[in-house]
Amino acid sequence: MKTFLKGKNTEVIINTEGPVIIIGESINPTRRKRLVTTLQENDFTYVFELAENQIRAGADVLDVNVGFPGVDDVRLLPDVVVAIGEKFDIPLCLDSPNPKAIEAALKVSAGKCLINSVNGKEESMTALLPVARDFGAAIIGLCMDDEGITNDPEKRLAIAEKIIERAVRTGLRAEDVIIDPLAMAVSAEPQACIIAAETIRLIHQKLGHNITMGASNISFGLPNREDINSAFMAIAIMNGLTCPIANPEKIAGLVHATDLVLGRDDYAIRFIEHYQSTL
Amino acid sequence: MNEILKELAYCVESGKIDKASPYPPALKGKNGADELAKEALDNGIKPDQILEHALIPAMAVVGDRFSKKEIYVPQMLMSAKAMNSAMKHLKPFFQSGETKRKGKFIVGTVAGDLHDIGKNLVAMMIEGGGWEVIDLGVDVGTEKFLKAVEENPGAVIGLSALLTTTMENMKKTVAALKAKHSELKILVGGAPVTQEYCDKIGADFFSPDPQGAVDYLKQFAG
Repeated sequence: MKTFLKGKNTEVIINTEGPVIIIGESINPTRRKRLVTTLQENDFTYVFELAENQIRAGADVLDVNVGFPGVDDVRLLPDVVVAIGEKFDIPLCLDSPNPKAIEAALKVSAGKCLINSVNGKEESMTALLPVARDFGAAIIGLCMDDEGITNDPEKRLAIAEKIIERAVRTGLRAEDVIIDPLAMAVSAEPQACIIAAETIRLIHQKLGHNITMGASNISFGLPNREDINSAFMAIAIMNGLTCPIANPEKIAGLVHATDLVLGRDDYAIRFIEHYQSTL
Repeated sequence: MNEILKELAYCVESGKIDKASPYPPALKGKNGADELAKEALDNGIKPDQILEHALIPAMAVVGDRFSKKEIYVPQMLMSAKAMNSAMKHLKPFFQSGETKRKGKFIVGTVAGDLHDIGKNLVAMMIEGGGWEVIDLGVDVGTEKFLKAVEENPGAVIGLSALLTTTMENMKKTVAALKAKHSELKILVGGAPVTQEYCDKIGADFFSPDPQGAVDYLKQFAG
């Protein structure tokens, strides 16, 4: 299955057969005080810097989250989307809990965006699926619903199915639903990664959809987080993860290496090209 | 100090839950916090002595090590489990009123936010500090906090938020709680929360780590 996203002109194809597509996570105010202070002054230079660094490091899509206390994101998210669109030709992943901000950003976006995210809660699906349909956007379907978060991979699969079914009924194309299996911290639940990996395997084999994941949450509360994230990333990719949301400056090399060892990079062309681009 | 209490404190510090638990390897096959707490009671040691001279100081050591990054979340959770396995033997004395706790602490993660680890660590540390903890869970709306405050007069309250996008709900909850209960003490925490934000939304205390919350609560202990 292939999901197409689009910047102004550039099309990005996320394919369940690989290779892995990186959604750059860095335009996000969590732990980036400078992003908040610059955005508060309507100064987008730091946003551009984050965008440029991620694109150079290998991001194929950019996540854009400008949520922080006191922000009017119905105004700010579209402003940032327009500003990025003027400088960079790359698809965007609109990241906000506010459906009105998502809709306002979709109105002014030139390409085909990804919405981060819709979950299995009735309220979420009702608010966002018609908006996605009307603007031709793809969505991330998060495997949680009104019951909260379950640790049972089969139940997470059922939530994924529910979101896809509802999206198709609303008028979206099935391939425009990318599933997020949810990855919890392994520091608090020793089985957390295995639960996520099994959910990924089930979604990949039974539904055949593209799969994304916020890839750094799993190592919360532990030292040497990058090693943990890397170990899990390789397993998750093998099981069917196709477009992680992560920091490309940290994981691009690993992702290319994983594609290579999984036999998806003939003659190691992409691996070598990426290596040479970092020299 | 009594030998049993010393051993019990060590078990809590090192996460030795019960006889069967494999950590730390040096204590393999030996009694853990579960057995030692029972043994202490059987030996006539008063529950409040167990609390004051074993559990509270042990959890303070754990909190301090965590603040200094000498231990990490899983080790802290093991210590909390060890504490709980000892605490369960004390619960009947709390319920009968024979042993008093220091007060009540209501805790929850604010609306729209499902992160529970930080909130759980704070809850465990405060319980380990001798308080009764009422944990409202995650994605807790203002109404639920208000109801809990009304059901538990005199309680101190703690709010957690882990997302820049849910901090706004923390502000709303603080405003609503203070509007109805101006005397209420509210603690806030979570990765994106700062002292500056705490001041701005009118909360009473911010700590970057769980031990700070335990220390702050000492002034309200009954």
